Amino acid sequence: MSHHIVEVKNLRHVYPDGTVALRDISFRITHGESVAVIGANGAGKSTLLLHLNGYLTPTSGEIRIGDFPLTKATLPAIRRTVGMVFQDPDDQLFMPTVYEDVAFGPCNLGLSEEEVEARVEAALGRVGAGHLRSKPPYHLSGGEKKRVAIATALSMSPDILVMDEPTNGLDPFARRQLLGLLRDFHHTRIFTSHDLDMVAALCERTIVLHEGEVGADGPTAEIFRDDELLARCRLEKPLSMQGCPVCGKAP
Amino acid sequence: MGAIDGTVLDFKRLERLAMADTAVHRLDPRAKVLVTCAFIIAVVSFGRYELTPLFPFFIFPAVMIALGDLPPRYIAAKICLVLPFALAVGILNPLFDREVVLRLGPLGVSGGWISCASIAVRAMLTVGAALTLVGITGFPAICQALARLGMPQAFAVQLLFLYRYIFVLAEEGSRAARARELRSFGNKGVGVRSYGSLLGHLLVRTWQRAERIHMAMLARGFSGGFPLRRPSRFGAAEVLYLLGWSVFFIVLRLWNASQFLGALVMGICR
Repeated sequence: MSHHIVEVKNLRHVYPDGTVALRDISFRITHGESVAVIGANGAGKSTLLLHLNGYLTPTSGEIRIGDFPLTKATLPAIRRTVGMVFQDPDDQLFMPTVYEDVAFGPCNLGLSEEEVEARVEAALGRVGAGHLRSKPPYHLSGGEKKRVAIATALSMSPDILVMDEPTNGLDPFARRQLLGLLRDFHHTRIFTSHDLDMVAALCERTIVLHEGEVGADGPTAEIFRDDELLARCRLEKPLSMQGCPVCGKAP
Repeated sequence: MGAIDGTVLDFKRLERLAMADTAVHRLDPRAKVLVTCAFIIAVVSFGRYELTPLFPFFIFPAVMIALGDLPPRYIAAKICLVLPFALAVGILNPLFDREVVLRLGPLGVSGGWISCASIAVRAMLTVGAALTLVGITGFPAICQALARLGMPQAFAVQLLFLYRYIFVLAEEGSRAARARELRSFGNKGVGVRSYGSLLGHLLVRTWQRAERIHMAMLARGFSGGFPLRRPSRFGAAEVLYLLGWSVFFIVLRLWNASQFLGALVMGICR
């Protein structure tokens, strides 16, 4: 199924104030892959994500999502294909109740009322938040907000799921819950994160961004073994791959 | 600022109250909005020196609070919060308007005092009615009712967002104020100037958040239309509610019920 492919070619982005956020980025993500985009602060992760959904326009270079190049004409179709989950759920949950929030996307797609209802039900059930449907979003805990935010993207039935810092600000239990949830998805998944243990647990492939360029692109396990690369890109091994903090024994 | 934070949290309580399920909660929001509008129009249409005809109007919020099972003390506390603003409007009246219009034994009451009191009573009535409306309907449902009554959707959406993000904004504001307070060590810090930049930051942050929200909306296919739907029906109960209260307000507007009651009592005593 070619519509699950994300292809970025020589992407360059310069912000209006002259900051070069992305110099030259190229990669290709195929169907069903789970890919982490990691890098130091200011490496260009968020800028890259905003391109995948057409919110930012490349200064030069090309992006293809599935069969379409990303242009103004294909934007609605592409936004339907790519489900975005933003870092701060408060930005994503803007409707009066959880139900209306999850229904926002399907309603905009012009689906019938029964279809919208079915999709909301399915999406909320998927993230285990069915009991929250009539609650206003500001009454939810951080973990609940995050799960509902994911449901708002799922209700659009996207082929590709893009998430910015999914585990950010969650307590260990909520984080563990979220990892279990994300592991079960069979979409093409793209995450950015500083939570390298999450990356090690969820993503078989990792792209390291360094100063607006691809510093490395390969299997996650290999990348986390390359000490020189990690140091150069201001990263560290995931805690689970470091020695024991008490006895210093290697894992 | 901490106080503002507390007030906003308290608004969440109002929202929770709106989730109850009583007969008045179940009424179509449009009927409740229209009745509250009629009430407010009736109350503000009295002349400036009219005070006694206003008192019977307290029946409406009182009945709504009772039927809607709202906590009266909570509503009263909220009204008191707004009252100083109304008093600020009327407080100069006694100074400018010293003509004595009423004699209570040896005490002459000037027109200024009466008009000031009239402003305060009207504020209590209208604010009380508005709070009760939110308490028995919920703000989102009110926005939806207004849209269905013909208010342009852009305004309805604006109102909705205002309400949704006032909680977030208050949290951000109180965080910034706390940070300032912690570093000013109980003094005034650098004084008023720091508030200027604090507000500026808040504005910029609001702007950035608006941009991110817009992004999130676009990501979910937003194209200008806003799906606001909740099934509700304008049935016999709503018509009865609307007509009943409207007739009641008109009667109270045209005849001074307090005076009538007073005359009745005096008549019986004689």
